[in-house]
Amino acid sequence: MPKHDTPLLDELEKGPWPSFVTDIKRQAETKPECWDILGQLEVSFVDKITHWKHGGIVGVFGYGGGIVGRYSDMPKQFPGVAHFHTVRLNQPSSKFYNTAKLRAICDLWEKYGSGMTNMHGSTGDLVLLGTTTENLEPLFYDLTHDLKQDLGGSGSNLRTPACCLGTARCEYSCYDTASLCHHLTMHYQDEIHRPAFPYKFKFKMSGCPNDCVASIARSDFSVIGTWKDDIRIDQAEVAKYISGDNKPNGGAKSNASAFDMERDVLALCPTGCMRMKGDELQIDNKNCTRCMHCLNMMPKACRPGLVKGASILCGAKAPILDGAQMATLTIPFIEINPDNDYEAVIDVIEEIWDWWMTVGKNRERVGETIQRVGLPTFIKVLGLDPIPQHVKIPRENPYVFWTSDEVPGGFDRDVREFRKKHAQ
Amino acid sequence: MGYNPDKPMEDRITDIGPPHFEQFYPAVVKENKGKWLYHEITQPGVMVHVSESGAECWTVRVGAARLISIELIREMCDIADAHCDGCLRFTTRNNVEFMVDSKDKVQPLIDDLESRGNKFPVGGTGTCISNCVHTQGWIHCHTPATDASGVVKAVMDELFDYFGSMTLPAKIKLALACCLNMCGAVHCSDIAILGVHRKPPMIDHDAISGLCELPLAIASCPLGAVKPAKATNSEGEEIKSVKVNAERCMFCGNCYTMCPAMPLADPDGDGIAILVGGKVSNTRSNPTFSKMVIPFLPNTPPRWPETVDAIKNIVEVYAKDANEYERIGEWCERIGWEMFFEKTGIPFTMKSIDDYRLAYDTWRTTTNFKFTSHC
Repeated sequence: MPKHDTPLLDELEKGPWPSFVTDIKRQAETKPECWDILGQLEVSFVDKITHWKHGGIVGVFGYGGGIVGRYSDMPKQFPGVAHFHTVRLNQPSSKFYNTAKLRAICDLWEKYGSGMTNMHGSTGDLVLLGTTTENLEPLFYDLTHDLKQDLGGSGSNLRTPACCLGTARCEYSCYDTASLCHHLTMHYQDEIHRPAFPYKFKFKMSGCPNDCVASIARSDFSVIGTWKDDIRIDQAEVAKYISGDNKPNGGAKSNASAFDMERDVLALCPTGCMRMKGDELQIDNKNCTRCMHCLNMMPKACRPGLVKGASILCGAKAPILDGAQMATLTIPFIEINPDNDYEAVIDVIEEIWDWWMTVGKNRERVGETIQRVGLPTFIKVLGLDPIPQHVKIPRENPYVFWTSDEVPGGFDRDVREFRKKHAQ
Repeated sequence: MGYNPDKPMEDRITDIGPPHFEQFYPAVVKENKGKWLYHEITQPGVMVHVSESGAECWTVRVGAARLISIELIREMCDIADAHCDGCLRFTTRNNVEFMVDSKDKVQPLIDDLESRGNKFPVGGTGTCISNCVHTQGWIHCHTPATDASGVVKAVMDELFDYFGSMTLPAKIKLALACCLNMCGAVHCSDIAILGVHRKPPMIDHDAISGLCELPLAIASCPLGAVKPAKATNSEGEEIKSVKVNAERCMFCGNCYTMCPAMPLADPDGDGIAILVGGKVSNTRSNPTFSKMVIPFLPNTPPRWPETVDAIKNIVEVYAKDANEYERIGEWCERIGWEMFFEKTGIPFTMKSIDDYRLAYDTWRTTTNFKFTSHC
């Protein structure tokens, strides 16, 4: 039986999209604190304002992240949500599960929490919403002993790394994103669980430039699969697209016009590096930027090359505070090699962290630090040579920061010597 | 056995990380990983991936609310046990994917999903409107300027047919963040729904001494609007506190994040801004930020009709006007933003002219423009 009247929320039980209100009511039958979730949310719908207090530091012993404190500002009316902390579970790479694992997590959350979850949070964690301070240690004990898994990150630490599904079920993926994601997650458990950074730091791995985890927009360290050699073309399949036997765009558009190679592929190629010579599709691969459009349009005919690796881009973030930043191309091509434990990638990460942990200001994302000190400084820190790929366009202003040792004779000059030849 | 509160450190296990993903792969995925040749979307919400070995992985994608109960997860498990050998996965956009290894298993799976009311809508593939990724909102966050789950439910109800069909010029990725912190990273979405505050923070002089480090509160403001000041608390005592120069405030809320004694949420001040034209893929054009086209719509629970109507209008004008395979941002760039405002009928206001850092880059410095009703 509902504990509170929720006429506004009840409106959200109507309509074709799955209703979270109906779902919470269903859960409330066995977890009565869910009635108080609805009760407090109904008050927010009436008041048009949140009723959660600011923060609250809670956690499990020895960790500085993974739990986010949350308290109601109406605990008397809604005692079921007086404490309502969030628990972030580190998700398995690419968010594959079996039902035994999911049922075990459900049982754990039935025992210790509200029964409500986010599948998943924006960073990637499996988020358990709503438990009390006294339940945290027993929950963590069962999580690590019985479920044999761990918390994710929160606060100024390495946030739980996340990846697309990669080679597991995608023909575009240029490396095994799940394996790299898992390796880095295991390698950096300390950095995930114990905040020691100026601010949060996010790894995200996408298998190709389609970037299905949006790593270029939201990760401090973005690893995007790419290839160095030629796009592999199957001319017989090209012919089938032209004849209409293959569906354009992998069937992604049910009302697509009949395939037109010129209009749908060649004219939309951003570099104009493709042409038809008779029945043959030709690509000037030297001029290709691997944007993926032709592969997306003709997945049966075009495939990534065979010399595969990844590009590293650094410093993306959402707008708080100085405005949003896209990640900046830092290393155009890096080897992704599990046989040496991804040595090349880890070397870059450690260089960045060593520097950022020294010069980064409190609550400054690495992209903001790079902005503040300039991309040339960041390139030097990583020991890289400047290359045209680092910029969209060369500098437009003339203000070069020359150093003394770059100029013959250096900066020290004698103004009296100068005056001997140049009267004041 | 189990946790012993008297000896919390006994048998403690830490830093074991997540379970290894490979144990959760369906057999067809495990056997064909790295060998996939191509994929095809055979109908909205249904994909087949074909391996070099000839093996097929059929995926049925269903939309879900991000906020779901363990009862619902258990129901998903029942479905996966019945049809998918106990395997399933979630996408970054809060969809659930059920995978089977042959075509003849697809229809029974869909029939099962559809027999369960509206809990498991099939769709979210190709040139559809994607499931709307979002943040917590009023159900669990302390800084929101709007709700999340409620707004998303209202918007997805209205756009439902676009989730389960593939008739748009290109995909539309929809996202909601309930404040400027953008936990949901909506800043590169085709259509972004963003909670915004419009009133400067209040200062709770009774609480500030106990709750805040004043230098951190002062440093938190990117525009230097928070200054140290003496103030008098309710006891009549003079205390060290801060003051806010309201003219400088851009309502980012960063001071409240750093100092709980500076709340800024307000029923009338808060609401929603709409941004359009962002994308993250590198396909054809470069990744781009979304642009603010509607600076404010009121919070009108439970169904936010102004927000729903505004989004529907943008989607419908885009659907009619854009070229095939052209994302919203690419369409806006091609026709020009003046034509975007003309065609959608959205009033252009001063609020869409950037006056923050690097604003100059967004001003027009050419005689190339189109005449519209604006001039």
